[in-house]
Amino acid sequence: MEKVLLKNIDNPNSADIGEYRKAGGYRSLAKALQMQPADIVEEVKKSGIRGRGGAGFPTAMKWNFAMADPKFPKYLICNADEGEPGTFKDRPILEKNPHLLIEGMVISGYALGAEYGYIYLRGEYPAAKDILEGAIEQAYKENFLGDDILGKGVRFRLSVHQGAGAYICGEETALIESIEGKKGQPRTKPPFPVNVGAWSMPTIVNNVETLSNIPYIIEIGGEAYSAIGSSDCPGPKLYCVSGFVENPGVYELPMGTSLRDIIYKHAGGIKDNGKLKAVIPGGISTPVLPADAIDCAMDFVAMPKAGSMLGSGAVIVMDESVCMVRVTYRAMKFFEHESCGKCTPCREGTDWLRKILERIEHGKGREGDINLLSDVAGVMSGRTFCPLGDGAAGVVTGMIKHFRSEFEEHIRDKQCKFRN
Amino acid sequence: MFNDTVLKEIEGIKAKYPDRRSALLPSLYIAQREFGWLSREAMTCVARSLNLPEAVVRGTASFYSMYKHKPAGRHVIQLCTNISCMILGAGKLVDFLETRYGVPANGTSGDGRFSLVIMECIGACGTAPAMLVNTDFYDNLSEKRIEEILENYK
Repeated sequence: MEKVLLKNIDNPNSADIGEYRKAGGYRSLAKALQMQPADIVEEVKKSGIRGRGGAGFPTAMKWNFAMADPKFPKYLICNADEGEPGTFKDRPILEKNPHLLIEGMVISGYALGAEYGYIYLRGEYPAAKDILEGAIEQAYKENFLGDDILGKGVRFRLSVHQGAGAYICGEETALIESIEGKKGQPRTKPPFPVNVGAWSMPTIVNNVETLSNIPYIIEIGGEAYSAIGSSDCPGPKLYCVSGFVENPGVYELPMGTSLRDIIYKHAGGIKDNGKLKAVIPGGISTPVLPADAIDCAMDFVAMPKAGSMLGSGAVIVMDESVCMVRVTYRAMKFFEHESCGKCTPCREGTDWLRKILERIEHGKGREGDINLLSDVAGVMSGRTFCPLGDGAAGVVTGMIKHFRSEFEEHIRDKQCKFRN
Repeated sequence: MFNDTVLKEIEGIKAKYPDRRSALLPSLYIAQREFGWLSREAMTCVARSLNLPEAVVRGTASFYSMYKHKPAGRHVIQLCTNISCMILGAGKLVDFLETRYGVPANGTSGDGRFSLVIMECIGACGTAPAMLVNTDFYDNLSEKRIEEILENYK
C-alpha cells in the first residue's frame, strides 16, 4: 500500500513547506477549491472514512449534521490531544508531516463553511507545538491560510491551542470546555457539538489522523479510497505498537490488518523470542485480549466481535513476564487520576477499584475481592457521564474474564511473583 | 502585574478567540513562565489581564496537571510510568532518581536542582521508557542514559 499519512517522513526536512510541496503537497487543496463544498462532502461520504479518534463515527455524517445547522460561524477543531496511554500515532504527523494536517483542515473548513480552525494539542508535546506553529506561519505566507486562500476568496484562519495535561480533554465536549478556558468536564449530550459546540456554535471536532486523510480522498476520489482496507471502514490506518516486540513503532497499514500480522509480520514478533501472553489492542481503555485471540481484523467493526475495540490502534504487547494484576492496577491509577470528578460512578468507582487492585497486587487481597471488583465495575458500566468510566470498568472486567487465575494466585499466595 | 511586553502577548492571544476567557489556559502558561510557578500573585495577574474573577482562574488552573502549584526545582523531570513504560522498567528509574539525585516522586531534590513529576503517557510508547526534562524529550531510557542526560542540567 502506498504511504499516505507517513509519506515522506524519512526526509529530515519533511515538516518544511517546500519539501511538502515538492512531494505534491497542497495540490489537493487547489483541486478542492475548484469544487463545490457539497461535492467535497460527497467524496468524503463515498470514501466511507470513519473517525480515527477511537469511536469510528462516519466522518461525512458528522459533517452533514454540522452543515445542516443554519448557525454561523462554524468552527473546525482538530483533536490532537493524543492522550490514550499506548498511543503515539498522531505524533509523527504533527512533528513530521504538519502540512498534511493543515491542508486537510483547510479543505475541510472550506467544505464545512468553517472559517476558523483550532488544533487542540496536548501539553505534553512541546516540540510539536513549535513545529506546527512554524508550519502554520509558512502556510499563511504562501497563501494556503488566510483571508483569500489561493486568490479564491476563501478564508480559513488556524491556530494551535495547547492543552495542559488532562486526559479527559480528548473527549470532544470536554475539549470544547477546555478551549473555552474552563475545566475539562464533559457536557451533557444532546445537544451535540455539531449544533452547540465551541462558543455555542456548530463545531466539528475531528482527529488528526482523520483530517490528514482528507487531501488523499480529494486526490484519488472517494470511490478509489473506499477500496483500501476493510470494506465497512476503509482507508489506511496508523497502528502504534509498543511493549515486548522486536520493532516497536508506528505502522501505516490497510485498515483491517490482523492483530497477528501487526505483531508478528510488521513489528517483528515478541522481543527476545519471548512468549506472548496478552495484548491491549487499542490503548489502555480497550479490553485486553489473550494470546490465542489475536486472529482478528483491527478495524471498528471486527474488534467488538472479538471482545475488544480498535480504539486508537495502540497495540500494547505483553509477554509472560508481565503481571496482569499490576497492569490493571496501573491502568486504574491512571483512570482515577484522570477522572474529571463530575459524575459519581466514575469518580468513586475508579478510586474504589484502584484501592482493591492495589491491595491485591501488594499481597493484601481479601477473599471476595475479585467478585467485589466485578460488582463495582458492573455498577459503573453504562452509568457514567462519558466513556472514561466505561473504559475503566471494561478494563477490569476484561482482565478478570481472561486472567482470573492470576488474581486468585495473588490473593492466595499473598504476593506478586512477576518480574514486570 | 505583568509588564507591557507580556500584556501585549496576552492581547495577541485574546485576538485568536471570540471571547476572552478562552485565553485563560495559554495565559496561565505565560504566568508560569514569568513567575516559575502559579503563585497566588501569578494567578491574580492572569485574572486582571483577562478581566476574570480570581476564583475562576484558580479553579480552572487547579484542574490541569501541567500547571505548577508550588515552586519547582531548576529542572523539571517528567517521567512516564504508564503501562508501556512500566513494563519496560520505568518503576526502577523512579527509584534510581531518588537514590542517585535525592529527588522523590512528585517532589524536589534538597539542592533544588531537580523536581520529578510522575507523568501519565507522553506518547513515546514505542521508545519506552521516556521523559521530558523541561521541554526536552528523551526516550529509550536506562539508568546510565539518565546519568548522561542529566549531566547537561546543572
